[in-house]
Amino acid sequence: MAKNDAPQRFGVGQPVLRKEDDRFLRGRGEYVGDIRLDRMQEVAFVRSPVAHARLTRVNIPQQFRECVFTADDLVGVNPILSAPPGKNFKRSFQPILATTKMRYVGELVAICYAPTRAEAEDIAQSVVVEYEELPAVVDMLEACRDGSPLVHEEWNNNAVVEFRREAAIEDVARTAAVKVQHRIRTSRHCMFPMEGRGVIGYRDARLKFLTIISSTQFPHCVQTGLSETLGISDGDIRVISPDVGGGFGCKGLLSCEEVVIAWLARRVDHPVRWLEDCREHLSANANCREHHYDITCYASQDGKILALDCVAHVDAGAYSAYPVSSSVEAAQIANLLPGPYIIPAYRCRSIAVATNKCPILPYRGVARPGVCLAMEVCMDSIAREIGIEPYELRLLNMVHPAQMKDGAATGKQFDSGDHPECLRLAVEKIDLAAVRHRQRSGEADGRLIGIGLSFFVEQGAMGTSVMAGWGRPIVPGYEQASVKLTADGDLEVKVGTHSHGQGHETTFAQIAHEILGIEFDRIKVMQGDTLNTPYSTATWGSRGIVMGGGAVAAASRIISTRAAAIGAWLLQDDPANVTVANGRVSGKNSSVSLREVARCWYLQPQNLPSGVDRGGLEVVEGYRAGSDLGTFSYATHAAVVAVDPGTGLIEILDYVVVEDGGTMINPMIVDGQICGGTAQGIGSCLYEATPFDSQGQPLASTLIDYILPGATEVPNVRIFHMETPSPHTEFGVKGIGEGGAVGPPAALLCAINDALRSKGVAIHELPVTPGRILEALQRGPMSAAVSGGQQ
Amino acid sequence: MKPVAFDIVRPRSVTEVVVLLSGSGGDASIIAGAQSLGPMLNLRLVRPRILIDITGIPELTKVDEDDECVTIGTCVTTASIEDGKLPRTGLAMLPAVAADIAYRAVRNRGTIGGSVCHADPAADWPAALCGLGASCIIAGPGGRRTLPIDEFIVGAFENAMGDGEVLVAIRIPRLSAKAKWGYQKLSRKTGEFAMAVAAIKIDPERDIFRMAFGATEGRQIVIPDFRPLRRDDGLELDEAAVAATLAGRGIANPIASRQQVTVMQRAFRQALS
Repeated sequence: MAKNDAPQRFGVGQPVLRKEDDRFLRGRGEYVGDIRLDRMQEVAFVRSPVAHARLTRVNIPQQFRECVFTADDLVGVNPILSAPPGKNFKRSFQPILATTKMRYVGELVAICYAPTRAEAEDIAQSVVVEYEELPAVVDMLEACRDGSPLVHEEWNNNAVVEFRREAAIEDVARTAAVKVQHRIRTSRHCMFPMEGRGVIGYRDARLKFLTIISSTQFPHCVQTGLSETLGISDGDIRVISPDVGGGFGCKGLLSCEEVVIAWLARRVDHPVRWLEDCREHLSANANCREHHYDITCYASQDGKILALDCVAHVDAGAYSAYPVSSSVEAAQIANLLPGPYIIPAYRCRSIAVATNKCPILPYRGVARPGVCLAMEVCMDSIAREIGIEPYELRLLNMVHPAQMKDGAATGKQFDSGDHPECLRLAVEKIDLAAVRHRQRSGEADGRLIGIGLSFFVEQGAMGTSVMAGWGRPIVPGYEQASVKLTADGDLEVKVGTHSHGQGHETTFAQIAHEILGIEFDRIKVMQGDTLNTPYSTATWGSRGIVMGGGAVAAASRIISTRAAAIGAWLLQDDPANVTVANGRVSGKNSSVSLREVARCWYLQPQNLPSGVDRGGLEVVEGYRAGSDLGTFSYATHAAVVAVDPGTGLIEILDYVVVEDGGTMINPMIVDGQICGGTAQGIGSCLYEATPFDSQGQPLASTLIDYILPGATEVPNVRIFHMETPSPHTEFGVKGIGEGGAVGPPAALLCAINDALRSKGVAIHELPVTPGRILEALQRGPMSAAVSGGQQ
Repeated sequence: MKPVAFDIVRPRSVTEVVVLLSGSGGDASIIAGAQSLGPMLNLRLVRPRILIDITGIPELTKVDEDDECVTIGTCVTTASIEDGKLPRTGLAMLPAVAADIAYRAVRNRGTIGGSVCHADPAADWPAALCGLGASCIIAGPGGRRTLPIDEFIVGAFENAMGDGEVLVAIRIPRLSAKAKWGYQKLSRKTGEFAMAVAAIKIDPERDIFRMAFGATEGRQIVIPDFRPLRRDDGLELDEAAVAATLAGRGIANPIASRQQVTVMQRAFRQALS
């Protein structure tokens, strides 16, 4: 038999083509915007035109009184409160529609509905919002100064919460041979999934549900959140999440739009729908990533890091998103800044600051891209100070395999792997020596060549005790899956996680196939409906494959045991002697198919053994990983860039990722995760920014002003895998959903600064635009201290 | 992002367009490829009561040539220019410019005349056609008139057409056999509007040494005779002289100036190569 005639395999580790792609590639996916319901009307919002104002009056033309609603109409609806316990956190109550104040441009003021969106927009434009403008709090550092206007007037200052890590570093600071100090700023930008958000609400008369169809990552959490805000029981609410075209975090929260659509659906007698448009997304939603670091790192002359000292600020925007809260980024900075490195003395203050901008939301990687950038910029600077290759300095300070249990500076115990080997492999694959040679030789076109590396650890699938410690209102517990062997021997899998691009319909089926051997095409994975899937915090934080997949494995194993018992009886064999594989229960000499087992349970129960498990062939089982710390994937990103000193343009010449995400269920999907994340990380570094003017007006509200990387800007990412299983999870799998977006800003900025090094300048503010490159070159070396270079 | 309600009409002749425009009380807008007007309608930046769709008028999609000029109908799409629909007239610059405008989907619908009328300073066609010394044929209530393109475009997003007037065609002088051209632009990514645009035409037989800068604050900057800006050996531009000229024309920002000078130098080298 020729090699390519070998039967295709579908189990764990196979690069199986995605089940989802048949419908997605044919344009037959079902998104909120595709759904047609009888008598459905469309919603447009009146949004705040200003960043900070006292709302005095909303004037609704007489003829539209019946189809426009304001906060006054929302009697009994609770504001969104998302506050971890502890008196340090300043609570904010986010009104569903603005009540007495407007705190960011785009905040919801009124909801309008009409037969079409265009008519709804006509109505929205006829509504006049009267207000007294207040001074806007726009910059997070100025917001911390005494006398700054307050976003929430009941607070004594704009600091939402502060996290501290203490260490005595004064002695080291005095005596250390090497000191590098940087001021680093990342840009506020947007997540921009292919599909914007969208919500439909209607009353289901037959099942007596308020049914919400939302483009969300976590239908059950929306159900809980709606119950809390609307003051009705969750048993009266059904949330459906159909196909979701990307989320990246912005669909992992309860939105005011969801709450007010749900309210409106109870008020009117027809379905209503809101579809987010590009302008709403860019100006009033899904802002993320805005950090500021004042970071100082001390090292010995031989390259050992001695101490790290940092003050970090996060621009958290006006409110705290539910359930993640506005503390999550600042908490992550304090917890994760030293990353994979052993640092004897680590001191950090990280402060989340309220501003008159839309709330910051946790975007793929959450604080890690900023943290990785700040740390890796310091590592490069120290390496230059002492005259060694940046990768050599990293090797000197990394956790070695024998030290994994001790963890790095933050005391996190890692699970498994070989960090130095990952770094070495990346240096080899990018061919550092060849790049250095090319760099020294110079380019015919005058461009400057640079190479940069970043290394990071990606903690995923954090469990109950960790998330409870963060004070989340919804803490993940046992992740459950429901698995049913049907009478025809097919398998129905229902999960509470929700795939918004991860391909879970494929990977979860691979897991069930691995255990039961049922034909891959006969396994169907269902998700996204609170009516028939187990409660779940769903898909975020690189937990889907670890927790959802783990649950599918656990439930499939129980099916296997129960089927084995029935099959052994049919074979007149001892259950201890039979095995379940390839869709059959096999004894020593004979076997019976799972279909025959299933037909016996459902249709011919007179043939069942006495004492058969009465749970039958439908199982709900829960799963928790062996460690609540979750999994620790890690990766090295390596980039080679060419910087054009005439134009400021940057070209990525080569890009390598060496990644260890444990056992891969589907390597093709893992590669897809890495490529997609890397594209977004390239956006963070080179293109994406939502600037605001001094009055808090967002200046990039269409794709004319907001630049996303496209196919032509994303290089061919060369991916190499290591595959160290996690000791704590099913199959040794680790979460890898976010890492792709974490590494690029650091790797690219290090590469750009390596290229600019010969000119004596460096850049520490994202995005690195052509203008910023030229500005640095025109200012020349003297600018180093001013722009935050080494001192 | 949905437009306010409008009516749409599809006239069959230029005369009809002029009548419709003249009778609209300024409340009508011409639409062709809709690649700029479409987003502006959706953002409600413009709210015309009537859209006059001119893409069904045969005259406006014609390409004519004579000994002196090639005349391109206003509704000829960028994609058809890219695909070589134009006669072989020594105007190789046009397909080259076309191929690098936005994305193919935009080029399929976007028209050369629409781009010129829209007069976005950062767009390709206005700068390229300024470099080539094109002129615009306008029809209106008083008949037809022709304006050089750098007089047709009077500012950022502003053209010289009055009430009832419509751009009918663009007339581009042929190049001599030994003529050279260069066209370069600087964009942050493929398909984006440019941060600097440079077009150069060198036709010694006809004594033409012309350059045009795009992506400026206002309308394109045309240097009808750039010879004084060359270095003495003639092989490169004198960058300081170019920068000084630009400063005199309002480009004072050192970064914008650097980018414009760099891109023009590259266009010049391209022309000579």
